[in-house]
Amino acid sequence: MRDGIPVCLGYIVVSMSFGMFAVAHGIPVFSTIALSMTNMTSAGQFAAVNLAGACASFTEIGLATVVVNIRYALMSLVLSQKIEKMSFVKRMLLAAGITDEVFTIASTRGEKVSFSYMAGLISTPYLGWSLGTILGATVNSLMPVSVVSAMGITLYGMFVAITVPVAREERPVLYTLLIAITLSCIFKYAPVISALSSGWTIIIVTLFTAALAAFLFTVDEEPA
Amino acid sequence: MSYLTGVIMVTAIVTYLVRMLPIVFFRRELSSRRLKAFMYYIPYAVLGSMTFPAILESTRSTFSAGTGFLVAILLAYFNRGLLQTALGAAAAVFIVEYLTL
Repeated sequence: MRDGIPVCLGYIVVSMSFGMFAVAHGIPVFSTIALSMTNMTSAGQFAAVNLAGACASFTEIGLATVVVNIRYALMSLVLSQKIEKMSFVKRMLLAAGITDEVFTIASTRGEKVSFSYMAGLISTPYLGWSLGTILGATVNSLMPVSVVSAMGITLYGMFVAITVPVAREERPVLYTLLIAITLSCIFKYAPVISALSSGWTIIIVTLFTAALAAFLFTVDEEPA
Repeated sequence: MSYLTGVIMVTAIVTYLVRMLPIVFFRRELSSRRLKAFMYYIPYAVLGSMTFPAILESTRSTFSAGTGFLVAILLAYFNRGLLQTALGAAAAVFIVEYLTL
């Protein structure tokens, strides 16, 4: 439980800005909260709000959700080797709480992790995530424009905080980021293809970049 | 059923399946190194493409967002953690906008 507290605090801030972001994009307060409580994934929800704002089809939203969240499948896979023997039902419960930070903490523990450890680790961040969203979504209209504008960058700030430290240590990750950024700029500003919606852009750029990186960097770098 | 209810259901179900299937059903080691590497790089590819250039439009001016982005990179480079990095970027945006807008 204690290990989850710093994550919980971080989530409150980020989910507050998610709440503000969603409401600013025309999503009703109740739907915003429901989205947070059923998804619990910053990047995925953020993509969903963007796409819902553009009235994207369910196919597009579903596919984008798979791509944006496919990293959880890898984490889930790694954690399947990391947890103590436990029942089907317990595994199914824990699965709902796999996030980047929960994964990072659990997978870097020295020993196998128990159900109660994982349940404790997940519970406070989940509470923080829900609470922050409620605050962000409801308080939005009361906040000065300057604060809302500044909070708009926190979600991206978190993405930077997740990626940059790894890129600093691992060259291939740095190149992966640079390739992805270059491509997304091309998709954003180049004529003709910039007409593509942001969901498809994320899907195409991600799959292409990860495939390229896997092709270029398998030999010299053993992935964790 | 409204469109938004549909969106919530689709994202919730898809997200849960992605998290649940491997941990519940996977019993053996992944063998292909290529596939492992592919999955390893996906988070960085996603986060990279979602962050830039979109971050530049996340505040009231490109200049304040750009400054916030640089501050975030610096803080993250020195491993200041999620909370400090996110709030540091927001503080930079707030100050820049206070001075320029």
